Amino acid sequence: MYGVGLAKGLGVTMKNLIKPDRMFTVHQYPDRKIGLLGLAKMSNRNPVSYLLAQPKMAVKALAGLASVEDRMPQHSRFRGEEFSWYEERCTGCASCAKYCPLGIIRIVTHPSGQMMQEGDKYILDVFDIDMGRCMFCGLCVEACPYDALHMGSGFEEGKYSRKDLVIDKQRLNESPKRPSTWFRPQIENKGFDPQSDSVLKWSEAGRHEKPDVAHQEEKWVKR
Amino acid sequence: MSEIRTEPVTINLGPQHPSTHGVFRLRVTFDGEVVVDAEPVLGYLHRGSEKLAEGRTYVQCVTLTDRMDYLASMSNNLAYVSAIEKLAHIEVPERAQYIRVISVELQRIASHLMATGFLLNDLGALATPLMYCFRERERILDLFEMLCGARITLSYMRPGGVFQDAPEDFWPALDTFLRDMPGYIDELEGLITGNEIVLTRTRDVGILTDEMAINSSITGPMLRATGVEWDLRRANPYEIYESLDFDVPIGAIGDTFDRYLVRVQEMRESLRIIKQCVQRIPNGSVRTETPYFIRPPLGDVYSAIESPKGELGFYVVSDGGISPYRWHVRAPSFINLTVLRDMLIGWKMSDLIVIFGSIDIVLGEVDR
Amino acid sequence: MEIPLIGSLDFLSVQSLISSFFPDWMAYLIAGVLLSFMVINAMVISTALYTWFERRVIGRFHSRLGPNRWGPFGLFQPLADVVKLMTKEDTVPESADRMVFNVAPVILLTSTLLVVSVIPFGDNTFLGRLNVGAIFIIGITSVNTIAILAAGWASRNKYAMLGAMRGVAMLVSYEVPMALGITGVVLMVGSLSLYDIVLLQEIPFWIVQPMGFLVFMAAASAEMSRTPFDQIEAESELGAGYHTEYSGMKFAIFQLAEFMAPVVTAIVATVLFFGGDRGWDPVPGQIWFISKVFLIIFLLLWVRATWPRLRIDQIMAFAWKGLFLMSLINIFAVSLEIILLQDPVTGLLEPNDLWVMSAINWVITIATIACMVKIFGKRKWDRPMPKKSPLANMYAEGD
Repeated sequence: MYGVGLAKGLGVTMKNLIKPDRMFTVHQYPDRKIGLLGLAKMSNRNPVSYLLAQPKMAVKALAGLASVEDRMPQHSRFRGEEFSWYEERCTGCASCAKYCPLGIIRIVTHPSGQMMQEGDKYILDVFDIDMGRCMFCGLCVEACPYDALHMGSGFEEGKYSRKDLVIDKQRLNESPKRPSTWFRPQIENKGFDPQSDSVLKWSEAGRHEKPDVAHQEEKWVKR
Repeated sequence: MSEIRTEPVTINLGPQHPSTHGVFRLRVTFDGEVVVDAEPVLGYLHRGSEKLAEGRTYVQCVTLTDRMDYLASMSNNLAYVSAIEKLAHIEVPERAQYIRVISVELQRIASHLMATGFLLNDLGALATPLMYCFRERERILDLFEMLCGARITLSYMRPGGVFQDAPEDFWPALDTFLRDMPGYIDELEGLITGNEIVLTRTRDVGILTDEMAINSSITGPMLRATGVEWDLRRANPYEIYESLDFDVPIGAIGDTFDRYLVRVQEMRESLRIIKQCVQRIPNGSVRTETPYFIRPPLGDVYSAIESPKGELGFYVVSDGGISPYRWHVRAPSFINLTVLRDMLIGWKMSDLIVIFGSIDIVLGEVDR
Repeated sequence: MEIPLIGSLDFLSVQSLISSFFPDWMAYLIAGVLLSFMVINAMVISTALYTWFERRVIGRFHSRLGPNRWGPFGLFQPLADVVKLMTKEDTVPESADRMVFNVAPVILLTSTLLVVSVIPFGDNTFLGRLNVGAIFIIGITSVNTIAILAAGWASRNKYAMLGAMRGVAMLVSYEVPMALGITGVVLMVGSLSLYDIVLLQEIPFWIVQPMGFLVFMAAASAEMSRTPFDQIEAESELGAGYHTEYSGMKFAIFQLAEFMAPVVTAIVATVLFFGGDRGWDPVPGQIWFISKVFLIIFLLLWVRATWPRLRIDQIMAFAWKGLFLMSLINIFAVSLEIILLQDPVTGLLEPNDLWVMSAINWVITIATIACMVKIFGKRKWDRPMPKKSPLANMYAEGD
């Protein structure tokens, strides 16, 4: 009969209107409006006591002007902007630069004359990553044999000029090290959450500990 | 009574348009309201992927394949990676094959959801079915974020397997998804399939006969809607599809409604496949160790898979070095577009949009 | 019961109030201007609120939030829209017909606003009491057609003209079912005055004449070009219709008229089919009126959020084959019932007769729709079973 399909469609839409669990999980970034009831629930009181305790905030909320911060929950494997780089682990081998499909990593080193029994420890002059062209594919992270370079988890790296988008060595050193667990199973097994405020030290970020001299002699020198 | 003299008018359905799925230009000639001629003009999204690939190594090309059919990254990755594996004789561990099949089928569901949602948006349903489809697609994209950290341009596969195993919280999330999804598909069907207005707009519109489809090398849901039962997962099985149990849905006449219905039924079949994979997945490694710079032996290979849009094939020629010598993509959207003109002639202006939407093209693949 | 202050807000009482201070002709003028000012303001503000309501509710249908940034619950969003549109550049195409271009939006708004002047909001709350109110409504809504054609013509734009032509064809052909739907109600009441229609609705007329209600709602949806009949402003097809070349405040007037149309249609439908301000006593009549309008607006929104749109020739076919037939059958059936059931002395209908009529009419409605589907549509809506094409050779041997 004409209209059965149409009526069924109307029923589906009404069901989606009424049932509260059918919404998109909406996260309004960076802040979302909050009303009096929401504020009261956040501070674990009932609305009346909240009104008495913080009247200014309550009036703002009633007028629709109060807002509270909101962030998306991300998985710890999220490949974001910013890179986490440990200078202590980096040897300047430039595997990441070779592996990048776009060639945006620029590394300039010079030999330092130290640690000659291991081949030399290079001093890094320049370690630039151009975020303006980066596609965050993570091949550089995959290539690093010493677990010195990790992906970050942020996404708020917008700048006003393209020059500022190039991350240089100083910025890499200064930024807080919250590596994402992408391609780093050892960090994931530790249960590290880059969204929290904790920072990972260089000694905890690697796949294995640095072998001692005897072990190195056995594995590499005597072959 | 003499006929009124009318003059056909050529209108440019320009590159910027709300309902061409991307930058696609169509020069249509109308006689009144009836389409007399249609000439597609392509190339607005050409980025030279095939030439760029000649300058990159085999693993770096995986990132290029992501961005061709950007709505179905996993399928692109799989097609390319299986071509390299055939060329270089690389074995893939079984757990990797299962994870690959799960990812590709999830991607198929996501792609068909987009296609259905946008078809209904073109029909004028004020984005309500589109929003419902996107809500479900968001769950799939969250699953992908758990797997590989990105949502759309994934680069998840490498020659030799998948590049990282699924995390611990992936499997419960996948189970929740599998439990909820059939209900959502039923609800979507209840909204659309019986709707008389949708039937009136799409039934018997844009009919493609099976003979014409085969003569124009159409593949994918468009071909299956005409009644030809051809699916590469059955005809030429790759990965573990031989041992899986699923049906291949076909349509009756090959009109727009059949194409939509075939896609919805394929979504259900994909859910069946994923369920079987989750039950049977073995433990083990997910990646055979390959050197960073793979050097396949001299030769060429053509390898094709069944992507959500059709048969996606890669033709790779290797000269023994670290980057391919020649790289060609058989893009299903591009080949499916060749029959657009024949399908459009004789229909009205509103049908044009609907027929074009039902072919389900992605411009990244058409132009590469 | 009526709220006393609003209750006596009709033209005559205001005029008599003012004429105690001013001479008679001036009282007439001042009363007219004052009341019109209030009514126009009320309509514009309710339209603004309706835009907010529509965006929130359609957002909720789509499982998302609507606008919620400006003001509590996003209530200042219409204000933000108006500010944006006012600060936009008001372009007029060079080869356009300037006078017609500028006047077209105003005609559209005026004809939509004028409908409200004959509606009885309550027992004593009305702006004017025409005794040919129904025909006035039908006539005034026809002026929309002229405004749309003027807008399309004056733009000197191929696509605008295309959209306007289609729009005119559709609007003109949907005048007929709308008028015939109203005729069913008028037959039952025996007079064209809207006040009498409200007075004699012992049972709301949508129960008594379901087919007339359906025909009227469908025709009114098409008159307002709302989904499923919004082909003329379909944004996902060529061009944007008749208002392609408009921007700035003129576009704002078009949008205002377009969003005022559902409110006005809901008001007219309430008066004709839902009983106006009749209701049970402790709640004042105006509140009943507003809640019924709200219900019909929600119904229109629900339909808009769910169904896709029809093609232009299908819209015309629906008007001339579907709605026209149904309205004719409706008038025929209603006339027969009135002749058979009316009191031979006074010519009025008792409530019992109304119940009998409604029972018969429901049966007729269902039977008509079923027959029409069988004759017109069945062939298109059944689905043949998929059969394998002989050209498939997936399991063939070789190669």
